[in-house]
Amino acid sequence: MPQQSMSIKATVISEIHQIAADDRKALAPLTDDLVLLDSGLDSLAIAILVARLEETLGFDPFTESDDVAYPVTLGDFIRFYEQAAGSHSVDTRQAG
Amino acid sequence: MNRPPAPTASIRDRLADAPEGSLRFLHGAAGSVCLGHLLRATSLGRPVDVDGRSRLVAARVQLAGRSVLIATRDQLATALALIELDGVARRLIVCTPDLPSEHLPAIVSQSDAEAIVSDGTNGLGLPLQVVCDGAVTPAQDTPTPRCRTEWVLLTSGTTGAPKLLVHSFASLTAPIDCAIARSSGSSARSDGQEVVWGTFYDIRRYGGLQIFFRALLGRGSLVLHGASEPIGEFLQRLGAHRVTHISGTPSHWRRALMSPHARAIAPRYIRLSGEIADQGILNALRSFYPHANVGHAFASTEAGVGFEVNDGLEGFPASIVGTPGDVEIKIIGGSLRIRSTRSAVRYLGEHAAPLVDREGFVDTGDMVERRGDRCYFLGRRTGIINVGGLKVHPEEVEAAINRHPAVRMSMVRSTRSRMTGSLVAADVVLKAEFDPAAAGDDESIPVFKRQIIQLCRDQLAPHKIPATIRFVPALELGAAGKLARHA
Repeated sequence: MPQQSMSIKATVISEIHQIAADDRKALAPLTDDLVLLDSGLDSLAIAILVARLEETLGFDPFTESDDVAYPVTLGDFIRFYEQAAGSHSVDTRQAG
Repeated sequence: MNRPPAPTASIRDRLADAPEGSLRFLHGAAGSVCLGHLLRATSLGRPVDVDGRSRLVAARVQLAGRSVLIATRDQLATALALIELDGVARRLIVCTPDLPSEHLPAIVSQSDAEAIVSDGTNGLGLPLQVVCDGAVTPAQDTPTPRCRTEWVLLTSGTTGAPKLLVHSFASLTAPIDCAIARSSGSSARSDGQEVVWGTFYDIRRYGGLQIFFRALLGRGSLVLHGASEPIGEFLQRLGAHRVTHISGTPSHWRRALMSPHARAIAPRYIRLSGEIADQGILNALRSFYPHANVGHAFASTEAGVGFEVNDGLEGFPASIVGTPGDVEIKIIGGSLRIRSTRSAVRYLGEHAAPLVDREGFVDTGDMVERRGDRCYFLGRRTGIINVGGLKVHPEEVEAAINRHPAVRMSMVRSTRSRMTGSLVAADVVLKAEFDPAAAGDDESIPVFKRQIIQLCRDQLAPHKIPATIRFVPALELGAAGKLARHA
């Protein structure tokens, strides 16, 4: 469902921009292969991003199982959410 | 190695009988120091290529018997000062990184500090300042009077001002002597392979200081994180030094696994401490580093190292509770209590509370629950939130939030995070006249959120700022009229 994928991605990108603005941090161009830790967000900001996305989307893909890997790139990160969205009834149109 | 430590045992005493060539290196971000040179160069009259170290040696006579504050930006400078002054100074006060400078005067006064070793220019008006970062000049050793040194470590207090805890060389090294006696891979010579320790955990905090001693007393090398070194560069440097043993909080490890340089290291032993190690991070490390033994330890600045768990599972075996030994553990009212020779000696300062109960147990305030034959950590009794290994007292954050003119009251609590263990979350009650539900105004909520976050940002360290804010109609109060906090 490409439309849903776009919407999750848009939500993630929008939250990243908001957190960077709060922190007054400059962001690297948000491409899929951008290494998250090089994005301009530190690990605390990434943790906050996950918490805010849980508020917006209603789930946290990183706490769903004890056997999740950790995302390295922004593309990985978005894929975690897209895959988890499949098992949740997420109204991403509203969220995005 | 098993001889009982002399009453005045210090780092230098313990390394004095190390055979030539058995001592390794301290690797900082800016350069490396050969420990053998550090301990011997002065008597041999050889210059040492360590910035500022010569000044420390020159100042040693003046620092002897004094209470010395160590406040450096770089960890390596602190490491050098600790080696140089342990057994010489009366008291060493180890300042944590990023300690807000407004707390320094109180620390100086509580610890009777008479001198400061720093790599900056702020001497705090103390009679003696030794700058540990200057130009290099050959140092002459001067016989220095010996002294039993008190180690003072800082841990966060309820009001935001740090609490000062006194340790001794014996209390700090007891867990390591135990490990070396067992020869569980901590000794450089146990299996013929050199041990190179690395630590994500700063050596100026208890968990990192343990690794500093482990490396030194085990005659291994130690790789230290630079003050503003990015994680990827540190991982590459750890890899270049062929790190074999490495320690960090679960949050440090989560961050490491998010780095494209996580494969730069191939450790034999991975240690987690300072936060609850959940099954997720233990599994992730085991699958990412299949050749490493992964263990987690329970330790606190107050209680010392309580126990280590090496079975790859979260929590700890219930069988260790109530078992007599070097470390005794009991659970009272759900809270973990520990009695051992590894505990701090006392709190420092006026009106300091007693550290131990009548039977000599430290109440850690960490709540545990027994399920079957295992105990699991639930969090802190007092509501203290552990964000990536850094403590947050809810009261401090609530005070910041409550300054917003529209806020009637707030309660700060912990919310779980796979990235940092916990995060700060706030429940906020607005004053009736600002309540958007009553006014039919949806627009003001995001505005209030932004303003509250900004207010917190102006007053608090980044890890204390609420990650999420929820507006609620009311907050539950306990019988005494205090906020009902749940562990």
